[in-house]
Parts: sequence; structure tokens; C-alpha cells
Amino acid sequence: MGFGPHLLLATLEGLVTSAVLALTALGLSLVFGVMRVVNVAHGEFYMLGAVVAWWIASLVTGHPALGFLAALVVSPLIVGAMALVCERLVLRKLAYNPESTIVATIGILYIIQQLALTFYGADARPVPPPFNVRVQLPWFGYSGYKLSVIAASAALLLATWFVLTRTRIGLVMRATQYDGETARAFGIPVETVYAGVFALGAMLAAIAAVLIVPISQAHYLMGRDPLLLSFIVVIIGGLGSLRGTVLAAVLIGLADGIISVFFSPTLAKIIATLLVAMVLVFRPQGLFGTAAR
Amino acid sequence: MAAVTPLLTTTDLCKAFGGLRAVDHVDFSVAPGEVRAVIGPNGAGKTTFVSLVCGRIAPTSGTIVFDGRDITAMPAHERVRAGIAYTFQITSVFPNLTAFDNVALPVQRTLADGRGSGRLRDGVMAALSRTGLAARAGTPAGALSYGHQRLLEVAMGLALKPRLLILDEPTQGLSDGEIDSFVGLVREIARDATVLLIEHNMPVVMALADRITVLDAGKVLAEGTPDEIRANAQVQAAYLGTEAA
Amino acid sequence: MTREETSIRTWLLHALVVAALFALNFVLPDYHHGVLARVMVLAVFAMGYNLLFGYVGLLSLGHAMFFAAGLYGAGLPMVHLGWGAGAGFATGLAAGLALSLAIGFLALRTTGVAFMIVTMMFSQVVYLLTFYFGSWTRGDEGLVIQQAERRLSFAGFDLDLTSPATRYMAALILFAVVLALTLAIVRSSFGRVLVAIRENEERTRMLGFDVFAGKLAATVVSGTICAAAGAAYAILFGYVGASFASVQYSILPLLWVLLGGAATTLGPLLGTLLMYYLIDGSGDLLKAWLPGWNVSHLGIVGLALVVLVLFFPRGILGTIRGRWVRWLP
Repeated sequence: MGFGPHLLLATLEGLVTSAVLALTALGLSLVFGVMRVVNVAHGEFYMLGAVVAWWIASLVTGHPALGFLAALVVSPLIVGAMALVCERLVLRKLAYNPESTIVATIGILYIIQQLALTFYGADARPVPPPFNVRVQLPWFGYSGYKLSVIAASAALLLATWFVLTRTRIGLVMRATQYDGETARAFGIPVETVYAGVFALGAMLAAIAAVLIVPISQAHYLMGRDPLLLSFIVVIIGGLGSLRGTVLAAVLIGLADGIISVFFSPTLAKIIATLLVAMVLVFRPQGLFGTAAR
Repeated sequence: MAAVTPLLTTTDLCKAFGGLRAVDHVDFSVAPGEVRAVIGPNGAGKTTFVSLVCGRIAPTSGTIVFDGRDITAMPAHERVRAGIAYTFQITSVFPNLTAFDNVALPVQRTLADGRGSGRLRDGVMAALSRTGLAARAGTPAGALSYGHQRLLEVAMGLALKPRLLILDEPTQGLSDGEIDSFVGLVREIARDATVLLIEHNMPVVMALADRITVLDAGKVLAEGTPDEIRANAQVQAAYLGTEAA
Repeated sequence: MTREETSIRTWLLHALVVAALFALNFVLPDYHHGVLARVMVLAVFAMGYNLLFGYVGLLSLGHAMFFAAGLYGAGLPMVHLGWGAGAGFATGLAAGLALSLAIGFLALRTTGVAFMIVTMMFSQVVYLLTFYFGSWTRGDEGLVIQQAERRLSFAGFDLDLTSPATRYMAALILFAVVLALTLAIVRSSFGRVLVAIRENEERTRMLGFDVFAGKLAATVVSGTICAAAGAAYAILFGYVGASFASVQYSILPLLWVLLGGAATTLGPLLGTLLMYYLIDGSGDLLKAWLPGWNVSHLGIVGLALVVLVLFFPRGILGTIRGRWVRWLP
């Protein structure tokens, strides 16, 4: 295979990564934007989404598409419910103090990992894709499912954008993000908004995980990389900005896909992490500015 | 006054926040030993102006000269070392430290050797005694009454042995009795330091100030002795007129 | 109580703790003797962390990199160049000093949440570097330092640091030195400035202190202490592996300090000791109760973090100080 086709393949792989990453990072970004807290357990909601998807798919008999569709609907709901429990029992009790919340969500991260390890086990397990179609390009065949992941993600991002900018729910969220105290004075139930946003953030991660689990298997430690990559995306993309998050996700996903094909993945990670840390150090105002005390 | 070299001079000093000119081409100077009051309506730029002087914020343009040195680019902590002390408008003592430790911080900064614990204690107790807080040395600052916290704030400023002490609305929230003793304290301080006083309470200003500078909308509206300011029609219109009851 | 009385009482308390640890060397059964030696080294790690987190109020999520700097700084020359324990310890300290200076210089430009994320990312870079240079570090698998290298020879003495009693005493000496250093720092003028920075940074600056320099100095002392713990760990226990650079080893000192009590001098030891036995003991218990289930220390660590943050943010000694013993440093 020549360089051109090779690059095309890398780009397609990168776009699949971008699609999943954009959804996951959007969840993190929403939570940070509206609630001003960093949810370190975000990657574990992603992992839970995949693990629950495997469990549901294994319960449903018949065509793989049935199990997958059931998982796509039920898994985010279960994960969202778990996120609500965390929000009620922990975050609200901490009054959303940024530093305490980080420490507490680290604790939640470990608890969720432990639960997955205990009830799901240490094995990696696949979910069968809902359909097996290969799209034949002139140089190579490509998984139709992967292309559908890109399309599904784009549709979900558009839907989220619509909700955020064109509906009353979005208006309430933006009002809370802008100034929680004033929002409260205008009768917006800020705590309910927080609970809803936290659950929504976790559900976005879960949906991303259900989409990816036919491609890469479900495993109790699979939340680590998405967490780090989501951080990177949120930092590069700018806080609370839907467009910035999506752009950064595409950039990081493509870079990850292309660099991993041509260079050592470890070196790529080192350079990316270092660069992002430097962005935070030298341009904190545009990225985490308001969160810094 | 012309014969005396000023302790502090600002030339063409400006600070803009976005489109708002909080401090607008201010030329200002204070002679050594003077008690200078800066007054003006809310939002006149008084706190912004002294924040520029002590280095908490950087000016948009203009220069600040202190004791013959251009300090415009000097970081805040070095200005404090050069002799400019600032006491905060909103009381900001260290609530979890004792009154002693609060004052020990500025004292240890001014002690040359820093190690002599005897000299540290003497310096701290002297500053606490001067403000009448000696008996409360071991009390956590957060447990002090509001009036005592304001005094502690002044004690911290005093302990820096400043040449220019900036008091930002020091009598805000104090009772009449506390204000009287406060006026006495500032007179005493003024014997060996220059004082820049931002104050809303007109009787306090009239009792303490040698000269008064009136700021309005970021500009110097008038400057003169208390009597001159009292007689100034412009000032009355802009400021006193609205407050004189 | 006068300041002199407090001072005497404080030093006496700490001397008693060290004396008790010394006495335990002669009475503890083998297993617990080994555990305590390890706990003392890890407590040094926690004390280094506490200096920055407890006293300056800077919550780092990346202190594993300083422990790792000491670990690899000591381990790599000992394994590949055949250096002795003394030289290895020195390079470990130097590596920690250099790294904490560089990281402090960069990361301290940020505050709050950004500081936490930046330190975590820098630490992640160090973790990944241990894999990138896998031909020297052998990554996850790690390196074993041979017994022959783990000796300390000076002034006619030749100490075998692999023998349990010598190892215990070496750990105790390091612990005692760092404990005394911490105590001296927090009782000094410098310590008072650090606490002032934690309480109100802007006010501290307006008292004429160079806040950045103070934070940088604290970061360097903190990082170097953590590196000392890492170097000692490599030398005394003979293993150098990438897992010590992982995120988990940035979280553990935070957990130990939170449990024992942030901004208390003895909290790190107490927290490390309790957490070690909690993880150790619960593992066996859970295996006995739930045979065939996959249990690990993850859940215990997670639960402990959440419970501490929710219900005991001041930790054990912090609560004791708040309620009863006010003079506790």
C-alpha cells in the first residue's frame, strides 16, 4: 500500500477516534463548564458504559443488532443513574468545592474500577457489531460499522448543539453556567440543573463507549486513556465551548491516529501530554482561567 | 511645599479596564510626612489608584516614582520592601493564625537577621501594643471582633515600618468610639510615616488630612487643604453636595 | 502555656515517636518489622507531599514523578554502572532536586484546578518516559538491584542494607532526619510564610514576601524529600519499577496525608501506617469472605478518599488538634 492510501487509512482511523473522543470530552466539558468542577471519574463512566453494554448484549438473544440497540438505549440510562447517585451522595455534600471534588472523584474512580473488577472481572470482552459490512475502497476495504460510528457521533453532537442553543433546557444550563447565584435568584433550580448536567455528561461518555465497544473490547481499566485525552481536548478546545471541543477532538483524534501509524505511540503520548501541560502553564486564562482560585 | 522633594509622584498615570478608564491621566504627589486623604464618590477610582501605587495591578500607561526611584515596573512585594505598605479595604488578616503570628510575618520580613526570636517578639509586641492588641496576642485573628481585626490590619501595616502607609477605608464598619481612637492612632503613625488615606467618613478626613485630593471618574477634580476643598464649588457639586446633609 | 513550653513539649513528643520506632526494631515479629521499615520510607514520601499540600495548600496530583526521580536516579546508575548505595542515593536526591526545580518553575505559574491537572500531566510524562526508555528501565517489569550493590561503606564500616535490622535502622534514620527537618521548617519563619501563602496569597505578597519564590522553595524541598524516599526505597528494597511513577503513586501520598491529617508533622506517618494495614488486612479478609471474587485494594483506596473528603477533611491528627491538643504542630 502506498503512502496516500496509508494516510487515508490513518485519517479514517483517526476520525473514528475523534468521533468517540468528541462525545466523551463534550461530557467532561459540559460538567466543567456548568458546574465548575473537574470530574476525574469521567473515564470510569465511559468504562461502565462499555461494560454494561456487554452485559446487556449478552442478555439479548437473536440478531446482534438487537443486543447492540438495547445496549445503546439502556447502558447510558444505567450510567446516568449511577452518576446521579454520585452527584447526590458526594458532590452536592461537598458544595461542589473544586479541589474537594477532584479528590472525591478520584475516590469514585477507584470505587467504580473495583466494582467493575468484582462484578465483571479482569477479562476484556467484545460486543458483536450490529452489522458487518465492508465498504470497498479502491485501495482497501473499510469497516462500514466504523463509518457509521463517525456518522452517529456527528448526529449526536448536532443534537446536543441543538439542545444547548435552541431549547429552554439549554438556556437554563447556560444561565447557570454564566452565574449560578443570579440563576438561583431568577428561580432556576440550580441543584437540579447540576444533577442533570452531571448525569448528561456521564451519559455522553457511556454512549461513546457503547459505540466503540464493538471495535475495542470492554475492560475494567479502559477508562484511563479517554480521561486523559478528554482533558487534553477540553484544555485545547477551551472551556464550555461546544465548537472548540469538537474541533479539538478532531485535531487530537486525527493526530493520535496519524502519529500512531507513523511514530511510536509512547513518544506521541509524551509529546502530546507535554504540549498540553505547556498550554495550561502559559495560556491558563483562556482555558481554565475562571476555575483557578 | 514646592521646596520639598515629594516622596511619591505619579505622572500621567492611567488604568483602563476594557473601555472603562478607572484612572485617567492622574498627576499626583505627596510630600514626606504628610497625611494625604484621597476622597471621591464611589467608583471614582480611589482603590484602583492606590492599587497602582502599591503594585497590586499594573498601569496601562504613566509612571510612578517613589523616593526618587521609578517603581512603575517593580513587583508588589519589592515595593513593600522599599517602604510602601498597604492595608486592605476588606479586612484580610490571616484568620487561622494568632494575632501574634499575623504581626510576626511583617516583623520577620523587616528584621535583618530574621533569626533572633527575642527581637521578633519585641517587634511584634510593640506593634500590638501600639494598636492596643497586646493582650490578644494569642487569639486567632478570626476570633477577634471586627474592630480589632481592623486594628490588627493596621498593626501589620505598622510592623512593616513603612515610609508610606496606605490605609484603604480604615474606619469602614467601626463604631464611633473605635473611630475616635483610630484617629488618634493615625496621628501617632503620621509622626514618622507618610500616610495616604482613602476615606468616606468626612469628619475623619477633615480631622486628619493635611491635604485632600478629590478624584472623580478617574480624574483629579481638585486638590488642596481641607478648608480649600470644603470651599470648592466643583467638589461640592460632584461630591460633598450629595452627601452634606 | 508559653512558647518555650510548647517548643519543649513538641520536640519531646517527636523524640518519643522516634524512640518508640527504635524500640519496635527489637520486639516486632519479622513480618511487621519488614512492614514498618517500608512504611517509614513511604511516610517520608508522605511528609514531603504534606509540606506542599498541608502547609502551602498546593494540591499536586503528580508527586509520583519526584518519588520516581529518586527511585530511578538511584537505581539506574546502581544497576547499569555498578555504583554503590551512597552515590546512588546522592544522584537520586540530585534528580529530585533538578526535577522539582523545573516542574515548580513551570507548574507554579498556575493555581487551583489548573495546578492539579498540570502536575498530573507532567507526572504522566515521567511515567511514559520510563516506558520509552524501556531498554534501560524495563518498564513495568522493572529492575532488581543486586544485593552486592546495596551496601554502604564509609569510615571502615561496611553495612549490608539488605539485612532486616540494618534496613530498618537506615529507614528510621531517614525518617527521623526528615521528621526533624519538617518540624524545623514549620516552626521557622519560613514555615510561617508558607502557611500565610496557604491562608491568603495576596495578603502575603502585600506584606513584602516574594510568594512565587516561597512556593518554589517549598516545591523543591517537598520534591527532594519525596526523591529521598524514592532513592531509599530503591536501595533498601532493591526494586525499581514503572508502577511507582504511575498516577496511583501520586494519589497515595495525598490519601495518607488526608488520613493522618494535613499540615500535621506526624500525620503522614500515622496515615501511611494505617492505610498500609487497612489495605493489607482488608485484602485477606475480603478474600476469606468472598472466595473466588476479584478484590483488590482499589475499592478500599477509593472508599477511603471519598469518606475522608466528605466526613473527615482534617484527618485524624487535624481533628485531634482542632478539638483537644491545640499545640500539636
